[in-house]
Amino acid sequence: MPSQVKRLILLFGIAAAALVLVRFLLVPDSFGRYGHYRADAVDEVAGMEIRYAGHLLCQECHDDVDAVKSGSMHEAVSCEACHGPGNEHAEDPFENRLSAPRGRRRCAYCHSYNPSRPTGFPQIEPDEHGGEEPCITCHNPHQPEPLVGIEDCEACHTEIAKTKSKSHHLSLHCTTCHATQERHPGAPREMRPDKPRTRSFCGQCHGEDASSPETIPRVDMATHGEDYLCWQCHYPHFPEGRR
Amino acid sequence: MKDELRSVTRRDFLKCLAKLAPAAALASSGLKLGTIFASEEPGGSEGEGHWYGMGIDLERCIGCGRCSEACKEENDVPREPYFFRTWVERYVVTVDREVSVDSPNGGIDGFPPPDIEEQHILRSFYVPKLCNQCARPPCVQVCPVGATFETRDGVVLVDEKYCIGCRYCIQACPYGARYLDPQTRVADKCTFCYHRITRGLRPACVEVCPNSARIFGEIRNANTPLWRFVRTNELQVLKPHLRTEPKVYYNSLDSEVR
Ligand code: HEC
Ligand code: HEC
Ligand code: HEC
Ligand code: HEC
Ligand code: HEC
Ligand code: HEC
Ligand code: HEC
Ligand code: HEC
Repeated sequence: MPSQVKRLILLFGIAAAALVLVRFLLVPDSFGRYGHYRADAVDEVAGMEIRYAGHLLCQECHDDVDAVKSGSMHEAVSCEACHGPGNEHAEDPFENRLSAPRGRRRCAYCHSYNPSRPTGFPQIEPDEHGGEEPCITCHNPHQPEPLVGIEDCEACHTEIAKTKSKSHHLSLHCTTCHATQERHPGAPREMRPDKPRTRSFCGQCHGEDASSPETIPRVDMATHGEDYLCWQCHYPHFPEGRR
Repeated sequence: MKDELRSVTRRDFLKCLAKLAPAAALASSGLKLGTIFASEEPGGSEGEGHWYGMGIDLERCIGCGRCSEACKEENDVPREPYFFRTWVERYVVTVDREVSVDSPNGGIDGFPPPDIEEQHILRSFYVPKLCNQCARPPCVQVCPVGATFETRDGVVLVDEKYCIGCRYCIQACPYGARYLDPQTRVADKCTFCYHRITRGLRPACVEVCPNSARIFGEIRNANTPLWRFVRTNELQVLKPHLRTEPKVYYNSLDSEVR
């Protein structure tokens, strides 16, 4: 055998051995156990930390909330869809507090009107519905059953009742402003309910010296739109003011 | 031999083609009729073990984007609006049959009303997208180092430590489901929340979906909600012509959806 061939064979031998060695050193142990990949990577991915605990865990401590929510229209809405990831909280509730989305924004993600949404899904016009109040002043987030907000007057005065139910005057009964005879529904044209007649009627609640709850906005009765009746500028069933 | 070949005239050749055409049509229609379900189970599991898949009920999707949000929270996906493991697209088809698709920040901040006036809209709907966990994943085929692979329960994963960040898989994915993580500089994508499902939890996007538009389960296991979804709906997959055999199944998929 010519010497150059021998040298070549030797060279090839060394190269092959080096290749095997390098492969042995570089290819991780678990490579190829199940396929052309590192089997340990599967466990590494599977070992990642969890952020969303899942509604079953929340139930264990907040069974009161869960009892209200299940069976309600929000039954399928997971706790963490509103409260955010809660695994840390579930592990140590006092150290890691969860906040509640008390503003209007989070509800609007799901409920603001959009023509792309499936018809039949309950949607509202967020700029108009309920004024600028937080949704939870009128709806229980854990049990948002269809609100009625409407008294017996609704049957006939549907439009007014619906309008009022979305207004700042939602909490006022029709009869607060309209003294209504019992027989009005039976003979509506003969028995006409009373209507406010004076500015001072609204002043009972909105005047600066009124004894009504402090949250009610006040105006100076002497200077505020003094030439007109209040409802010439404010629709009483949907009063709009500064807010 | 030579003579024989020559003797095939153009006329004969065309005749022959004409005979083949119906056969070809039959064959291709056969492909369409075939089941959309992945033809082969992932290697090694031999009818045992899990085989995960997801159903998406487009009739129930309200486009609230909570899935996109939860996914980022759960999986530390960068917050910038270019990186998503799952996102929600809005399709608007006008009366003139023009199609527009948008996905502002994946839907995380909600969808503003569409630019198109309502009376010009013929139909409109949302389509959640994610990695299709293909049974024949092109991304796995192109990976030069074996850093992306299909697990034995049918989930396509990325080996963060082994990936060299060459971006081949990102190019190869026909669904745009992969991205290069700007911090780790390796490819990343939806894992079906592998760390959750292996512990018996549902993927984060499924957990927060308020209207049961996302259905998670196992293809072979009648004891998961996916089974009912599969049995009671006419399902489709995205880009079936690519024969990637996705395991994300859509209900009521509009022909406009790409
Ligand atoms: C180990 C029991 C436990 C689990 C599990 C648990 N919580 Fe709590 N949670 C508590 C306790 C105790 C408090 C009251 C903490 C306080 O007063 O500071 C609380 C408080 C809260 C609050 C704040 C209430 C407020 O007044 O602002 C929210 C919201 C909440 N939990 C939601 C959840 C959700 C969602 C889950 C599921 C992911 C969950 N919790 C799981 C024990 C638990
Ligand atoms: C639709 C969104 C939504 C969902 C779903 C939801 N919450 Fe709440 N949760 C709220 C809001 C908003 C508040 C604040 C209520 C308030 O301040 O009046 C709140 C308040 C709370 C509070 C503190 C006050 C209270 O009522 O005790 C707890 C605890 C709580 N939620 C737990 C839960 C748990 C547990 C679940 C799942 C079973 C859940 N929430 C589901 C929106 C939600
Ligand atoms: C001032 C009280 C009030 C506020 C604030 C309020 N709502 Fe309502 N909401 C009502 C009343 C009353 C009804 C039932 C009458 C109706 O359908 O208009 C209602 C109905 C609804 C409905 C059902 C609509 C349908 O078509 O079935 C949804 C959804 C809703 N509200 C969501 C919200 C959201 C989200 C917010 C906050 C952005 C909010 N509401 C704020 C009073 C309110
Ligand atoms: C993650 C999505 C989601 C969020 C956030 C959410 N909801 Fe809902 N809401 C739903 C779903 C789903 C239903 C049930 C709809 C159905 O069954 O048709 C529902 C139903 C309702 C209804 C009953 C509507 C009717 O038909 O009368 C009201 C009212 C309501 N939600 C108010 C709220 C309020 C207030 C908030 C904020 C505290 C809120 N929702 C947050 C998804 C959501
Ligand atoms: C059976 C149907 C019915 C019911 C129930 C009903 N109304 Fe009426 N209401 C009428 C009709 C009809 C009129 C007359 C409309 C007209 O003549 O323009 C009327 C008129 C009124 C007027 C206007 C009177 C005027 O002089 O313009 C007021 C205020 C009124 N109703 C308040 C109420 C209140 C408050 C209730 C609930 C306690 C109520 N109504 C219940 C049918 C009804
Ligand atoms: C804040 C006080 C107030 C409340 C609450 C109120 N109204 Fe009125 N309502 C008025 C005033 C003021 C007028 C007179 C408006 C005018 O003359 O332009 C009026 C007028 C009416 C009229 C006459 C037709 C019209 O639209 O002008 C009807 C009907 C009526 N109200 C029904 C109702 C019903 C039904 C309710 C309950 C759902 C109700 N109102 C609640 C103040 C109120
Ligand atoms: C000439 C039209 C006009 C008349 C009449 C009028 N208002 Fe107003 N009111 C307004 C306007 C405009 C606003 C918006 C805020 C502003 O510019 O002061 C307002 C605001 C208000 C507010 C909200 C104030 C706040 O701080 O949010 C109340 C309450 C109010 N008016 C009550 C009344 C009452 C009660 C009467 C009858 C005594 C009345 N208004 C008569 C035009 C009028
Ligand atoms: C029984 C007490 C009461 C009477 C009477 C009353 N209101 Fe109000 N008014 C309220 C309450 C409560 C609010 C809501 C305050 C809030 O938003 O917290 C309100 C809010 C308003 C606002 C403010 C809306 C805004 O944008 O902030 C206006 C304007 C208003 N009322 C006008 C009137 C007029 C006009 C009358 C006379 C027809 C009247 N109110 C009679 C209780 C009353």
